[in-house]
Amino acid sequence: MIDLYRTMARIRAFELAAEVASQGGVGVLGAKVDERAKVRGPLHLSIGQEAVAAGVCAHLRREDLLTSTHRGHGHTLAKGGNVRRMMAELFGRADGSNGGKGGSMHIADFSVGMLGANGVVTAGLPIACGAAHALKLQGKPNVVACFFGDGAINRGPFLEALNWAAVYRLPVLFVCEDNRYSATTSTAGLTAGPGVAARANALGVPSETVDGNDVEAVSAMAERLVAKVRGGEGPQLLHALTWRVRGHVSVDTQAYRDPQDLQGALDADPLKRARARALASGVSAAQLDAIDAEVQAEIDDAVAFADASPPPDVAAAYTDIQTTGAGAWL
Amino acid sequence: MAVTRMTYAEAAVLAVANAMRDDPRVVVMGEDVGRGGIFQQYKGLQARFGAERVIDTPISEATIVGAGVGMALVGMRPVVEMRVVDFALCGMDEIVNQAAKNRYMFGGQGRVPLVMRMPIGLWANSAAQHSQSLEAWFAHLPGVVVMCPATPQDNYSMLTQALRGEDPVIYMENKELWGLQGEVDDTRVHEPGRAQVLRQGDDLSIVSWSAAVHTATQAAEALAAQGVNASVIDLGTLWPWDRDTVLRDAARTRRLLVVHDAVQPGGFGAEVAATAVQATGCRIARLGAPRIPVGYASRLEAVARISPAAVIEAALSLMADAPAAAAV
Repeated sequence: MIDLYRTMARIRAFELAAEVASQGGVGVLGAKVDERAKVRGPLHLSIGQEAVAAGVCAHLRREDLLTSTHRGHGHTLAKGGNVRRMMAELFGRADGSNGGKGGSMHIADFSVGMLGANGVVTAGLPIACGAAHALKLQGKPNVVACFFGDGAINRGPFLEALNWAAVYRLPVLFVCEDNRYSATTSTAGLTAGPGVAARANALGVPSETVDGNDVEAVSAMAERLVAKVRGGEGPQLLHALTWRVRGHVSVDTQAYRDPQDLQGALDADPLKRARARALASGVSAAQLDAIDAEVQAEIDDAVAFADASPPPDVAAAYTDIQTTGAGAWL
Repeated sequence: MAVTRMTYAEAAVLAVANAMRDDPRVVVMGEDVGRGGIFQQYKGLQARFGAERVIDTPISEATIVGAGVGMALVGMRPVVEMRVVDFALCGMDEIVNQAAKNRYMFGGQGRVPLVMRMPIGLWANSAAQHSQSLEAWFAHLPGVVVMCPATPQDNYSMLTQALRGEDPVIYMENKELWGLQGEVDDTRVHEPGRAQVLRQGDDLSIVSWSAAVHTATQAAEALAAQGVNASVIDLGTLWPWDRDTVLRDAARTRRLLVVHDAVQPGGFGAEVAATAVQATGCRIARLGAPRIPVGYASRLEAVARISPAAVIEAALSLMADAPAAAAV
């Protein structure tokens, strides 16, 4: 529980720091970008959804793999991604995990098996299938966790990938991080039938639904499902119902959102709930405060590191494209 | 060294078989590949290498390509079959936003050695959705190599090369060349981005690729009988393309005609022509299909086909209007 709490606290601190650093970083509707903003462009925050990342990744080994969504900071941190290099990536600096070439939307740390956040909804699912297919062909005992949102279940590759994973009995744990919104529209009115779990079952992928704001419940279920996947039982789907606290993207003020819905999200805060449960089970407040302080120091250090890192060299615009046929052909 | 006479399809089988024999990381994925593929370009491979390495897939183009990306990132070297380029469009996000951009976007953390086979060209009486030549779309895409083999030898040598690469390759065979016979030397290496000068003439340079190479060659032979000597250059690889060879020849002949089966407006011929005129000041002409979908009836389809007669006509009009040679 303490470890789960620490992971969630680290994600929350990272997201809040990224949010602060991004103030004014997007030119909306003709507004000028504030030159002081360190983080620019679209920033998708996972505040409120930390329990899903923490609970699932607690059961992944370093050699296990993970694919993610455009809201991928939490998944990357929970998988063990390097915090300093992640923050430097958000700052668009040379020492970023992607050398400043991807930013928040493409956060990745391949060294810990995190194969990247994706700007395209549902795009991670086929990639996860291929990664799992490779592991199977290589005879490795590893699994792939594939995170996606509730909006993703209405794109074709969702059906393709679940069918594919089931047909080849691939070691994939599909995790539907259901925050109830397809960008800025409630998913409920856009999804016919009983939803993701039923769709998965129909495709031969057994599914279970969990309260995605209860980190212990997510962890317990993930433990069971990861064991099944690792044991060769084929793909499984974990449907985690959670709440998005912030907008779809940092500049989204969520004017479309019912105040009660937003209050529900705040009331269900997975950190608050985990803290209360920890206190009830005999953990001292001082212990939890110490964890909060420890992760905050870690994030402050990451921000300082990111800020001290130089922007990428202009020449980097031309590197890592392709070996044959690269270069500035104008 | 072995030189064998074989078809364009058999040359592809040989290239993939050799790669699979030499490298356990090479796998094939696609619809109907187990029975040899719809053009028999995978003939016998599943029997030889097993269903685990020659994988029959559902009709799921997005996942065929997307899974190819995932496999490649995890140390395999997949070959994915799209049947025809027209169906590759069902996996366009995976080609354009995933395969092509992975290496760059993630700062070189991963590599995607993925060969995507998607045949271009007309396919007799197969109508609008089975007859497209979309190579220009992919030449426009940073992050991929684009190959368009014209002969059995090219199909062997280029596919062999593609299978050795470390980055995504858009490999565009031609829907109507599968049965084409030719000599294949299995030791011959293709250097990506190196064009082949198939004929050398002093009057004009004809640049082409894929099936149009054969049309251009026929036209050049007929032109020679009329006293007009044309070079015929097979670009082979569209990205990167062999500017040096093309520009050298265009500077010499002062006239460049680009011929392709793809729709002319926005075709890759425009890139070749513009580059040549900027660099050499030569006269240029382009010949491609009109901007129409391909019709089913033979008479309609013929409107979209580039005939040797059309190439001859384009060459002669380029000759007639030739300006005085300028210093290069």
